[in-house]
Amino acid sequence: MAAYIARRLVLIALVLVAVSILVFAITTLLPANVAYLILGPFAPPDQVQALEHKLGLTDPVWQQYLRWAGAFLRGDLGESTLMNRPVAPLVMEALGHSLVLAGTAFALIAVIGIALGVIAALRHGRPLDHTVSIATYLGIAVPEFFWAIVVIVVFAVWLGWLPASGYEPFSAGFSAWAKPLIAPTLTLVFGHLAHVSRLTRSSMIEVMQSPYVMAARAKGLPERVVVLHHALRNALLPAITVLALDFGRLMGGIVVVETIFAYPGLGRLVVFSIQNRDIPTLQAAILLVAAIYACANLVADLLYAFLNPKIRFGRDAA
Amino acid sequence: MPPEAAARAPLSPQLQAGLIIVGVIVLLGILAPWIAPHPWDTISMRTRFLPPNATYWLGTDEYGRDVLSRLLIGTRLSLAMGLGATAISLAIGVPIGLAAGYFRGWVDEALMRAADVLMAVPPIMLGLLFLAVTPPALWKTALAVGLVYIPQIARLARSVTLSLANEEFIQAARARAEGASYILFREILPNAWPPLIVEASLRVSYAILLGSALSFLGLGAQPPSSDWGLMIAEARSFLDRAPWIALAPGFAMCLLVIGINLLGDGARERLDPRLKSRIAA
Repeated sequence: MAAYIARRLVLIALVLVAVSILVFAITTLLPANVAYLILGPFAPPDQVQALEHKLGLTDPVWQQYLRWAGAFLRGDLGESTLMNRPVAPLVMEALGHSLVLAGTAFALIAVIGIALGVIAALRHGRPLDHTVSIATYLGIAVPEFFWAIVVIVVFAVWLGWLPASGYEPFSAGFSAWAKPLIAPTLTLVFGHLAHVSRLTRSSMIEVMQSPYVMAARAKGLPERVVVLHHALRNALLPAITVLALDFGRLMGGIVVVETIFAYPGLGRLVVFSIQNRDIPTLQAAILLVAAIYACANLVADLLYAFLNPKIRFGRDAA
Repeated sequence: MPPEAAARAPLSPQLQAGLIIVGVIVLLGILAPWIAPHPWDTISMRTRFLPPNATYWLGTDEYGRDVLSRLLIGTRLSLAMGLGATAISLAIGVPIGLAAGYFRGWVDEALMRAADVLMAVPPIMLGLLFLAVTPPALWKTALAVGLVYIPQIARLARSVTLSLANEEFIQAARARAEGASYILFREILPNAWPPLIVEASLRVSYAILLGSALSFLGLGAQPPSSDWGLMIAEARSFLDRAPWIALAPGFAMCLLVIGINLLGDGARERLDPRLKSRIAA
């Protein structure tokens, strides 16, 4: 198991190096002249040239990449060209905000999604099952930004319960901090519930018809015990894998949701840095998201192996 | 169920619903310039923010333009986005997948690791990254969305090729000393189409969603275009006064995506009876 994890981590590192090359290559194509950004649009050409030389922008691209990557590995992520701040704390702060949002949404998605899936499976073919199926179909079909609009129209405009956007630091008090979080969280939950609940439903239906569940029933165990202790444990396996993948997907979903709700997270930072050609911030933010995404995939695989004795023991025996 | 019987079997309700929804939307999109009740881009300050009424069925927007007419014209843009982007993914992804699955070895390894790299970044961020380098335009967005979804198509094409590569008819073609490109495109590809087409039809809805999200973020269609994502983005500032401007394109997009998903899922079940019996069980 340790060797397997080590190999996967090496692979992730290699993928991240490749992603960094991709990001660097694309961002060097950006039509943004860093020297002009620093000196202002009316700088005399000879000053611009001197600064470009000083910044190493006249060197070959691969040299620029190695210099950038070296600094990156030493923890020097550069300076945001727009906000004149080091990128590292900027990105970390945004990551913290995003993790609060994505983490809350994720916990709700896991609990509600699995519960809905189990309920639908137990009422298989009945009206409740169809209702859940249609609702989750909607969840997949509706783009996040439309859910966001619906949430704003219903909760902020019509009911007036929630602010339409914004962010308050935790120091402003719990309710002030939590209130603006509710609408973006709801949006993410609506948009991502479907995968988990549909998968839980189909695997639960399959498991409920397996011989060992029949045996458990034949033993005279109460239905509650059969469902929760015998069936659900096995049915959860695929659901947990898809949940870990969903965490990666959430990191993509926050781009739109954070932008709409003006929530100062990583997704908004990416959009913001693209709109303002803030290349150091963009590079760091995208790499960070790729790292989280890759780790979520690894966790998905590890959880699957860990929870499935067949795979676990097979590998240890080999 | 043998294939002949499947062809004669009645269409499942799911497939029927999908066909009807998508068919009507495509028809409306094609006929849009002729059936749109008002010009979609004429600014009229007297008719700003009218709620839905008998003249303007879905109301008017902040420039007094008819929302229904804009919606109808926008249908074409969404369909073009979905189909165009998916065509690009197929055109590049399928040959890559065929080559990876057929040649195996280092070709496979190199292509699939490259796919891993693209898949290591969430689709929307990859799309943003591609589009960051160029002034926004809708066709560029379609291109970017197409590029983003190449790895998924390539992976599927590869796995289908792997399963076909050892079939007797491929061995026979090899024994006849046919060239690799003949075997790939004349022997394997025609047999790999069914799963690829099903996947592609579902990809159309992914492409529409991603494309409209990028337009929504300002990296796609530009004003005064009536792209649905852009319409929603522009209507955002008026949610308190005129929610219908944002809700109309939103509902339209939901309907289109649901239709495509029903069509794709229905087609998948029809082509793969094993799956159907598993779901029905």
